Amino acid sequence: MKTQSKIALKFLLVMIILTGIIYPLLMTGLAQLGYPSKANGSLIMNDGKIIGSELIGQKFDSSIYFWSRPSAIGYNPIPSGGSNLGPTSDTLKKQVGARRVLFAKINSMTDPLSIPKEMVFASGSGLDPHISPEAALLQVDHISRARHFENSQKEKLLNKIKELTETPQFFCLGEQRINVLILNLELNKI
Amino acid sequence: MNEAIQLILFLVLLAVLSPLLGKYMAKVFMGEKHIMIPVFGWLEKLVYRISGVKSEEEMNWKIYMYGVLLFNLFGFVFLYLLQIFQAYLPLNTEKLPNVSWHLAFNTAMSFTTNTNWQSYSGENTLSYLVQMLGLTVQNFVSAATGIAVVLALMRGLTRKTTDALGNFWADMTRSVLYVLLPLAIILTLALVGQGAVQTFSHYVKATTLQGTEQVIPLGPAASQIAIKQLGTNGGGFFGANSAHPFENPTPFSNFLELFAIIIISAGLVFTFGHYMKSKRQARAIFITMFILFALGLAISLWAEYGHNNVLNVSGSMEGKETRFGVMNSVLWSVTTTVTSNGSVNAMHDSLSPLSGLVAMFNLMLGEIIFGGVGSGLYGIIIFILLTVFIAGLMVGRTPEYLGKKVEAYEMKMTILAILAPAIVIKLFSAIACSIPAGISGLNNAGPHGLSEILYAFSSAAGNNGSAFGGLNTNTVFYNLMLGFGMLIGRFGIIIPVMAIAGSMAKKKVTPVSSGTFRTDNWLFVMLLISVILIVGGLTFFPPLALGPIVEHFLMNLGVTF
Repeated sequence: MKTQSKIALKFLLVMIILTGIIYPLLMTGLAQLGYPSKANGSLIMNDGKIIGSELIGQKFDSSIYFWSRPSAIGYNPIPSGGSNLGPTSDTLKKQVGARRVLFAKINSMTDPLSIPKEMVFASGSGLDPHISPEAALLQVDHISRARHFENSQKEKLLNKIKELTETPQFFCLGEQRINVLILNLELNKI
Repeated sequence: MNEAIQLILFLVLLAVLSPLLGKYMAKVFMGEKHIMIPVFGWLEKLVYRISGVKSEEEMNWKIYMYGVLLFNLFGFVFLYLLQIFQAYLPLNTEKLPNVSWHLAFNTAMSFTTNTNWQSYSGENTLSYLVQMLGLTVQNFVSAATGIAVVLALMRGLTRKTTDALGNFWADMTRSVLYVLLPLAIILTLALVGQGAVQTFSHYVKATTLQGTEQVIPLGPAASQIAIKQLGTNGGGFFGANSAHPFENPTPFSNFLELFAIIIISAGLVFTFGHYMKSKRQARAIFITMFILFALGLAISLWAEYGHNNVLNVSGSMEGKETRFGVMNSVLWSVTTTVTSNGSVNAMHDSLSPLSGLVAMFNLMLGEIIFGGVGSGLYGIIIFILLTVFIAGLMVGRTPEYLGKKVEAYEMKMTILAILAPAIVIKLFSAIACSIPAGISGLNNAGPHGLSEILYAFSSAAGNNGSAFGGLNTNTVFYNLMLGFGMLIGRFGIIIPVMAIAGSMAKKKVTPVSSGTFRTDNWLFVMLLISVILIVGGLTFFPPLALGPIVEHFLMNLGVTF
């Protein structure tokens, strides 16, 4: 017993040094050398100011921007999380109903049930940076109106969506998607 | 189509790569030459020298178990102290306050028992120091503990007339140095390459395009995520766990993490095959696990793609990420619950009732379908002993496993190991449902509320750690109840398993004859599956009927709560 306790204490100490200090420090060092931008949060700078991270979604509810997904935390990352509302939740039913009506109205859609699902349901992280390309295309008309775009500019925007659409990785992994923050940054340049 | 390709790719890679990893691990633990000795061999010797381990000295089951218990006790105390004093310690960049005593108790229990239940959100509760020295360390050593215990059991089952079950410290060292650490290093770098963060910088303040302020949390996340998946730990660096874009940025990172969750547990089955000197025996166990996994997956996919009459949608995206979609979310929910991982890439609380049921049922079966690293295999061996025993009763022959008689003592221990977590799930849930302290944490009403409570205790007892996250468990009541649930769910199995290992090691081996009841053919696979489902089904059908099953029918009627 006594020998085992002594070993246990010393062994714990060794493991703390090895896996709790050396391992994360070594990994941080290698990550900072190999992928400095990604390891530090894929931050996006604009005029010397940080405007966000490519990976962390932002709230977009103005008519001059593409909307991001609904978020249970209002895109405030401290702390992240979803609504955790269940499949028979009355609250969720009302939320989804209201989002359908609003999205359909703003984008002049007649059938609210045909809205891409991610636009009426909140994400798990509350920080989902993506929407589907379909959801982006549906919003082009009202954004062009709000920004008083000419036809050539609208055409540019449609091309931008096509260009920024990410296809499944290695042809098969994941879903087609488009990064809302990057799309809106490009939108500002048109 | 795309979904089907991803699914098949995952299953095929699992079936192909786990025997290879299993073979490698057999070399490591049987003390043969392998490719990592030139890399870390010196480190292994150094670890022995510093901690005073004589790696060649084998232990009997009691000394081995003392090692397990003492080491875990010290680990628990250290992690507890680290949290309640974090404000006075360095590397607390966000000046977070000390963690409350009950949350610290829960979290320390959670990480030492390989559960990694989270009553907190990392980004606003724990300092970088606690994440590293506390959580990352336990992610390694709690997984290694599981491997060590199953190694002792493997040796007990395959050696004859001996007391020697190996050296606990040597098994721990080899698990960490030759299995967990190399894989974690590779995975960390792959994840950072996809966009996972790995830094010691302060959180960043950004001014968004619409002009509001957004604080972006950072941290040494990737290194912890890698080991949390490989070690079937599952505790997230951030609150949203693997749904968080910094933990799981792309579909490829998702695929890698998903694979990391299951591969070591699956590989260990084949390691056992090498100890038994029988690939057939190992294959039978693997096929049993694979069938149960596939069955659950099929039901869960069917349910999740099905129609929800309340929300008027098929394949709801509530709690799911666009980059993963429905299929990857369901595949993850099943994989993380059959193994005792518990990380999530979609919120289980928002899954359809029957997908939630599959996840919960996986927890209730005791994490034996691949299961936790090490713990999954010793869990299913418990069920194998039960099956052999029942089969023996049916044909009136003394039950045997691997040529060793299974007798009253082993059966008592087996039943103890099966009952301990079941009692936690049912009794603790019943208590929580009956008192205000239990009910007040609910986020959903109606049958879904019962599911939230039931899921929490199933997760604790199964040492899983995933949650129906709506339930607020950061209260004195839940932190203590779940903490004790995790303790019983871990050591209520480890102690009987060690006792079985000790008693089986002492026995003689009867040579195989025509009268031997075979445990390596399809008949046995089917029998084992039946015993697992019947024991699980009979024990948990009543509460499941009141929770997810009734919710499913009410959902079809469009009833809301």
